[in-house]
Amino acid sequence: MEPKPRLLSILDSVTVLLLLAATAAVFFYAPTEAVMGQVQRVFYFHVAAGWVGMLGFLVAAIAGIVYLRTGRRNWDIVGLSAVEIGMVFAFINIVTGSIWARPIWNTWWTWDPRLTTATIMELIYAAYLMLRAGIEDPNRRARFGAVYAIVGFISVPLTFFSARLFRTIHPVVIGSNQPGAEGSFDMSPRMLQAFMFSLFTFSFVFADLLWHRVRLGRLSDKVEQLKLKTMA
Amino acid sequence: MYFLQQGPAQTLDYMIAGYAVIFGVMLIYLISLYIRRKNLSQDIEVLEELEQHQ
Repeated sequence: MEPKPRLLSILDSVTVLLLLAATAAVFFYAPTEAVMGQVQRVFYFHVAAGWVGMLGFLVAAIAGIVYLRTGRRNWDIVGLSAVEIGMVFAFINIVTGSIWARPIWNTWWTWDPRLTTATIMELIYAAYLMLRAGIEDPNRRARFGAVYAIVGFISVPLTFFSARLFRTIHPVVIGSNQPGAEGSFDMSPRMLQAFMFSLFTFSFVFADLLWHRVRLGRLSDKVEQLKLKTMA
Repeated sequence: MYFLQQGPAQTLDYMIAGYAVIFGVMLIYLISLYIRRKNLSQDIEVLEELEQHQ
């Protein structure tokens, strides 16, 4: 088994420290929102989780393109890892959004364009994992996975811009406060700093988890090869 | 709904639920990575032993 790289250990430590600092910034540095109260604090990590979800799907699409060009197995592992992490954080984003919506919109769920496109995006990537699980040949699985990750990426900009393109009650965080939005608020400088720091921190969380998941993927590849060898 | 309220809405419970989900799901994912790694390491040990016997 390959030893853990020193740089990864450093990244682990930095990520944990950043996550602690971001949590402290959200709870102790950012002020309480005047209308929504404490639940508004969910917003910082809710958006950051959404950012990691979309980043994961972007990395998967890029890894898919590179895999199709080079045929190197490593890029398939990167793509799968990025999708898995993206799905975990997109799930966090959807569930925390629902929790925030309950006191603000007076409902756990509504088929608003942003919520609907985010759910479709999550389901598209769930289908990616199901597709892969149904193909035994590793090369075919990687090729199909790469194409699917590239095509599936269409759902990401659609989700991101849905709150800007369609009539929606979901607030647009950066940009204009549209009149139809329920629960939008003007960020004070401290709120903006806590928000930006959360985005920065979650980018580190993504990089750290991706590295760990790619190492796991390589290990899984090794097991698959050993199995084929012993069975031959 | 909020026009007549005196101060911020009482939404502490929802905030706690939100952060429980955030840290809970992240923790479950980390544990799943750890368990999968442990299982794969055991598989490699067994398979390498089998290979040596062959």
